[in-house]
Amino acid sequence: MSRMLVGPFNRVEGDLEVALETDESRVTSARVNSPLYRGFEQILQGKPAIDALVYTPRICGICSVSQSVACATALADAMELEVPPNGQLATSLVLANENLTDLLTHFYLFFMPDFAREVYAGENWFAPVRQRFQAVKGDAAREMLPSRAEFLHLMGIMAGKWPHTLSLQPGGTSKPVDAQERVKLLMIISGFRRFLENTLFGAPLEQIAELNSIAALEQWRDQDHWKSSDLRTFLHLSGQLKLDQLGRATDHFLSYGNYLQGGDKLFRSGQWREGVVSAFNPAHVREDLSHAWMEGSDQPPQHPTEGTTNPSMDNRHGYSWCKAPRLNRQVVETGALARQLVNGHPLITDLARQSGGNVQNRIVARLLELAIVVPQMEQWVKQLDPKEPYCSHGIIPDTATGSGLVEAARGSLGHWISIKKGKIENYQIIAPTTWNFSPRDEQAIPGALEQALEGTPIRKDEQEPVAVQHVVRSFDPCMVCTVH
Amino acid sequence: MFNLLWLQSAGCGGCTMSLLNAEGPDLITIFDSAGINLLWHPSLSEETGTEMRQILDRILTGEIRLDVLCVEGSMLRGPNGSGMFHVMGGTQKPMIHWVRELSEKAAYTVAIGSCAAYGGISAAGSNHTDATGLQYEGEIYGGLLGSEYRSGAKEKVVNISGCPVHPNWVTDTLVQLALGEFSEDSVDALGRPRMYADQLVHHGCNRNEYYEYKASAEQPGDRGCMMENMGCLGTQAHADCNVRPWNGTGSCTKGGYACINCTAPEFEEPRHTFTETPKIAGIPVGLPTDMPKAWFVALASLSKAATPERLRENATSERLIYPPTIHKRKR
Repeated sequence: MSRMLVGPFNRVEGDLEVALETDESRVTSARVNSPLYRGFEQILQGKPAIDALVYTPRICGICSVSQSVACATALADAMELEVPPNGQLATSLVLANENLTDLLTHFYLFFMPDFAREVYAGENWFAPVRQRFQAVKGDAAREMLPSRAEFLHLMGIMAGKWPHTLSLQPGGTSKPVDAQERVKLLMIISGFRRFLENTLFGAPLEQIAELNSIAALEQWRDQDHWKSSDLRTFLHLSGQLKLDQLGRATDHFLSYGNYLQGGDKLFRSGQWREGVVSAFNPAHVREDLSHAWMEGSDQPPQHPTEGTTNPSMDNRHGYSWCKAPRLNRQVVETGALARQLVNGHPLITDLARQSGGNVQNRIVARLLELAIVVPQMEQWVKQLDPKEPYCSHGIIPDTATGSGLVEAARGSLGHWISIKKGKIENYQIIAPTTWNFSPRDEQAIPGALEQALEGTPIRKDEQEPVAVQHVVRSFDPCMVCTVH
Repeated sequence: MFNLLWLQSAGCGGCTMSLLNAEGPDLITIFDSAGINLLWHPSLSEETGTEMRQILDRILTGEIRLDVLCVEGSMLRGPNGSGMFHVMGGTQKPMIHWVRELSEKAAYTVAIGSCAAYGGISAAGSNHTDATGLQYEGEIYGGLLGSEYRSGAKEKVVNISGCPVHPNWVTDTLVQLALGEFSEDSVDALGRPRMYADQLVHHGCNRNEYYEYKASAEQPGDRGCMMENMGCLGTQAHADCNVRPWNGTGSCTKGGYACINCTAPEFEEPRHTFTETPKIAGIPVGLPTDMPKAWFVALASLSKAATPERLRENATSERLIYPPTIHKRKR
């Protein structure tokens, strides 16, 4: 057995270190360390409750709007405030704008460049893949960046700027959209649709969204050459490298559901296990501190409403600043794959039944979400009614509690606030990568990534095993959110 | 080639995310055109782990020339001066030590964002992580590198503050550096590039007519000026946000919310609620920059008395109620 310390692990958001134990050809055990602690939960204590809208988006520059939505929802819950339909639509549009941007950024800038690494130089697909996806130098990033920037013009109209808006309020949005801006939004989304259809998919979005089985996906893939679109290229690489057999974790998935319209969400909330979708009960969430650099590591895990955050390096079992959230004492995986499984998408369900949660299926689910949500955004813009209100108003109660549960690009994000004398008494946050990259819990059960890395193959003399890179980045980790 | 190394510490990564929004041309084209060579960037580069650590080692031995060191995120000195709140992954060495060593090799050192410049959001509250900027701790000169620090080109740290930075504040500064067109005169008294810091957010604000007549917004979504009630610091904040738009056409004030002066040291602790204007005897405590108080009070009461109905009504509405009157030529 030998040990390997991999880091700094880049093309993730924030800093990451992974400690591996290996035999000659495989990872036998992994420990994931989130090496940065800033302490937003400590910063927020004692602040005026409404100021959480300024601080929480700054937890993360890539999931900034998700943090704003979770915060505004928690405050609205505490204020017992209803959001008017325009406010819900505007929130969904701004959130979708960030989430889809992140899905795209992950694919082109973070994930695909690993296939352009020298280790693959002997593969017959290498030369065109390197030309297209090599980090910084590849053609794909240069094509994608202008489309990404233009898509984010939606933020310029609806949120002032991205990241770090203050437009998302407990009662809706501070930016009413007028009739002219509504037309402009449609044009922005249509430009993004064109990029996705021409470059990423090589097919109309609706055709991709309607793929309903593995057979349908393979039939579509084989209709054209593997270099004809970026999705086909990925599917080709996945077949060649057997990415469907890499990085399997617990196959227990969680989604809070997303994009509230009226009383319903576009993607429903729930958990998926062994092919069965069941309800998610927020009361069953606990945070375990047994392997975190936190005080209270010997205490039983707490629900976030009772949670504490007091950093301490005295815990001799600690190896990360990250706490370990568990659902009913179970390790769960969250993200785009979880969202589509819980929502019952037939292609994703078929893929998971065949091969579970793995590198390939995580990527397919992410790209599929782009094809599903862009047409929804077009509908949401059309539903905006410039004659109706965008924001309702209320006051922060003297004493109250609230929670805000939302899906960020990379999975389930929750905020829990308690207010006393108008000030924040406690504020606890569980981010998507807190779930996915948690350390071990009091039962010594490893977190989702730690489990996914066990068994990952290592090539001869590899210092930075490329398969480990694929597995880690397949989760689209956001380390600044993880610890916050 | 002009060699650039980018490190991230105690921030949110949002300045990098904003930088990727650069347009006309895109970021990679800008770097190519200006001859800027990315030695390593956490979000963009292929190299990871050992490969990246070798780049740092070769910079420290002098084998690779470091023209500009960009640091994003504040520097965490805690707990107890150990720097252990951020140990760079895979290196078992606190980030503050890496930055101290690398800054000795850099021709220029640039703080990207208010965290790296002054401490920023990471230093809010009781600053339990002992966060600081590179050469400022809040308004106090010194910071991690100390007041005596000068880069290889004999310059202080350049502070591209903002939360986040505008992409072109960064690209314009880096291109200036790469072209050798940067001088001491390029920055203001807080080390901020003057190309954006010599302006006020108030300049070009599309609510200026409401400001002139003190026709004020009262709630989020209202169209009026946000200075009197909503905490807006646009008349004091040094930045060109309403002249150099964000994400196509945006700015904070166009988004319907207050400017919180995020380019300034200690903006993270305003000592009042961000989105409510503190007042004494009904008069906002913070006056517009360079405005004598007596004159402000006199002009405000006069202009308030003269507010046209159009502005008074529109100011507290989400929708435009009265468009401006059309003047017809006299016949």
